[in-house]
Amino acid sequence: METVFGIETVLLSRIQFAFTIAFHIVFPAFSIGLSAYIATLEVVWLKTGQPHFHTLARFWTKIFAVSFAMGVVSGIVMEYQIGTNWSRFGEVVGNTLAPLFAYEVLTAFFLEASFLGVMLFGWNRFPPWLHTMACVFVALGTALSGFWILAANSWMQTPAGHEVRDGIAYPVSWFHVIFNPSFPYRFVHMMVATYITTSMVVAATGARYLLAGRYPREAMTMLRMGLGMLALLAPLQAVVGDLHGLNTLEHQPAKVAAIEAHWEDTGPADLVLFAWPDMRQERNHWEIAVPRLGSLILTHDWNGRFQGLREFPRDQRPPVAPVFFAFRAMVGLGLFMIAVGWFGVWLLWRRRIGGRRWFLRLLRVCWPVGFVALIAGWVVTEVGRQPWIAWGILRTADAASPVNALQVFISLALFVLVYFVVFSIGIWYINRMIGKGPQGEVPGPDTLPNRPLAGGRPHGNEAVPS
Amino acid sequence: MNGLADTLPVILALVLGMAVVLYVVLDGFDLGIGMLFFLYPGEDERDQIMNSVAPFWDGNETWLVLGGVTLWTAFPTAFAIILPAMYIPVMVLLLALIFRGVAFEFRWVAKPRHRAWDWSFAVGSTLGAFAQGLVLGGIVQGIPVRDQQFAGHALSWLSPFSIMCGLAVVTGYTLLGATWLMLKTSGPVEERARKLGVPLLAALLAFIVVVSIWTPLMSPRIADRWFSVPNVFFLAQVPVATLLFAWLCWRGIRRGQPILPFVMAVGLFLLAFFGLVISCIPYIVPPSLTIWQAAAHPDSQMFYLVGAAILIPMILAYTVLVFWLFRGKLKPGEGYH
Repeated sequence: METVFGIETVLLSRIQFAFTIAFHIVFPAFSIGLSAYIATLEVVWLKTGQPHFHTLARFWTKIFAVSFAMGVVSGIVMEYQIGTNWSRFGEVVGNTLAPLFAYEVLTAFFLEASFLGVMLFGWNRFPPWLHTMACVFVALGTALSGFWILAANSWMQTPAGHEVRDGIAYPVSWFHVIFNPSFPYRFVHMMVATYITTSMVVAATGARYLLAGRYPREAMTMLRMGLGMLALLAPLQAVVGDLHGLNTLEHQPAKVAAIEAHWEDTGPADLVLFAWPDMRQERNHWEIAVPRLGSLILTHDWNGRFQGLREFPRDQRPPVAPVFFAFRAMVGLGLFMIAVGWFGVWLLWRRRIGGRRWFLRLLRVCWPVGFVALIAGWVVTEVGRQPWIAWGILRTADAASPVNALQVFISLALFVLVYFVVFSIGIWYINRMIGKGPQGEVPGPDTLPNRPLAGGRPHGNEAVPS
Repeated sequence: MNGLADTLPVILALVLGMAVVLYVVLDGFDLGIGMLFFLYPGEDERDQIMNSVAPFWDGNETWLVLGGVTLWTAFPTAFAIILPAMYIPVMVLLLALIFRGVAFEFRWVAKPRHRAWDWSFAVGSTLGAFAQGLVLGGIVQGIPVRDQQFAGHALSWLSPFSIMCGLAVVTGYTLLGATWLMLKTSGPVEERARKLGVPLLAALLAFIVVVSIWTPLMSPRIADRWFSVPNVFFLAQVPVATLLFAWLCWRGIRRGQPILPFVMAVGLFLLAFFGLVISCIPYIVPPSLTIWQAAAHPDSQMFYLVGAAILIPMILAYTVLVFWLFRGKLKPGEGYH
């Protein structure tokens, strides 16, 4: 195996994939949630005729456009990297997994990309129903994309519906390939995560305006919608996560053992709150644990037992520390979001939110919390899958392309540089747009392009449809 | 061999070809107008140029994603050879498309300090087009393969031929972009496009001639394909049609027609693509892997084909709908933002 500065191609490719996907995932997650939010705002506007819903829909659409563009360009990188950096993986699982990606493109990407133009540029050109329909199509496209990508990812974790001949995985049942054992849990968990993530951003934006005394009506709407969703979904996510955990214990016990830093099955398991897992000595340092709680959570039984890491050969154990800590970060932030959601809704209900400035100040800076929890969750599931790239079928170490380490090193360096520069600027722009606020420039009729459907109508179609 | 294993790869090669052609034509004019940014210094002009594709670019670029995923699904072995072989040009392409793609939004958000994104758009478009030409040339000239794996080195794709293909694609896309501006814009932007159209057309023809002479000289297999009897009688139509299309394109540019130049430029691309396909079939990784050797299992190909047969017509229908919704010329000073 070739190396550069003593680092092998495989490791460089892993770092590159992890880095590019960690950046990428933020944008589609936000796009899935935000497109659903915008579609909701438009439908509510059409139904109630209250103009501030329209103002909000326009405002968030501008932000959506910037975020979506970053999602698109960082997404193409993911697809082509499978070939450039992971060609053995591409070949071994291509027969089974590639069609799922193909269906993602056919059902989702074209739908969202094609109607995006109408969504972004059709405000004053097309009748409101057509524009709303475009928003719904974009939202549908982003969600369908989630469906297929999660099906593919779940198959890598819990493969089914295939058989391996000469080292290549061939399809046997497409139904079982798509609806593999972990797919329903993973899909729901991810979709709920995207909606939570977006709710946090929306609520934080509402808090920001309310604190500044700007756009009070829009701010209250965003707080109600954002915190309401959070109060509903964050606890639901805990339940879904619990079910997902039971499923993981059944299909990927080594991952669960790593999550819990559980080395030996000697009796009912403790819940390790904090520890420093040591893979070489096969034990935890500085462990703080609650007796039996681990068993209760994972098996729903005080006396339940589950396998420890020592029961798996060393070469089948995932790296323990990143999985262990990322899981705690995810769960910790999840509990925090439940608290924020419930307390916020309670304040709204008591009509006291305007007076609790400390809470608004806290909420204002909480916009990234959902994203951090989401990335932590991905670290748990993807690092926890190691040393396999496709569980039980292909090891990550055997999946890389026959390319030399130097070119991967250079491309990795470029990705790091470009992503930090370009996407940081993009996020800064989004922040600036939020700072400017929703009552942005509403273009008058003469600044508009040719409008076949809207004809020469003055911007009356901005107003409420009768 | 059963019938399905023989025919499915052919059908899927056609689907792949269609995805590549649609990508080249649709994103070709997007990238082309990006390169034309260098020649249109005025901010108003640039606004107008960018607005002419803003509602479409994302849909257009999706054909690239479909092309990649079709190659992976239908011909996984070819996917696993071509992409590592083209590591550097593909990375350049991906990075270039990042700069090009974000510029569509960032440029408006950044105003009035948007100069950096003008550069990002123009340079990204140029490098992206050039990298695509490098990949094309790299495939046509042949990829070293051993044991069904890429067996070359990091720079195997680099040759005078692949560089020439890169320049040819840059020129061709710029012509597509210029003819698109003839179709979608008016006033000084359109006039400038018409002035640029003729030299671009001449340059593209020159590249087509050079490639047509170079490829048979490079490979006896390709020479045999084109010049053996009776192939030569059928294939002689390709250069004749090329000349006809070029003449119609030239007439359209000179006479101020809005649609004809664009349609004929697309026609030239189709002919050039057809010519390259003739040179390469039945190989998908010349000169070692045929479409049958690289094909996925018939079950996988069939599963994809069913979806493609239902969904691609739908995609084409709503793509046409979106282009129709935004039909007509943009007037100077008009914008979507």
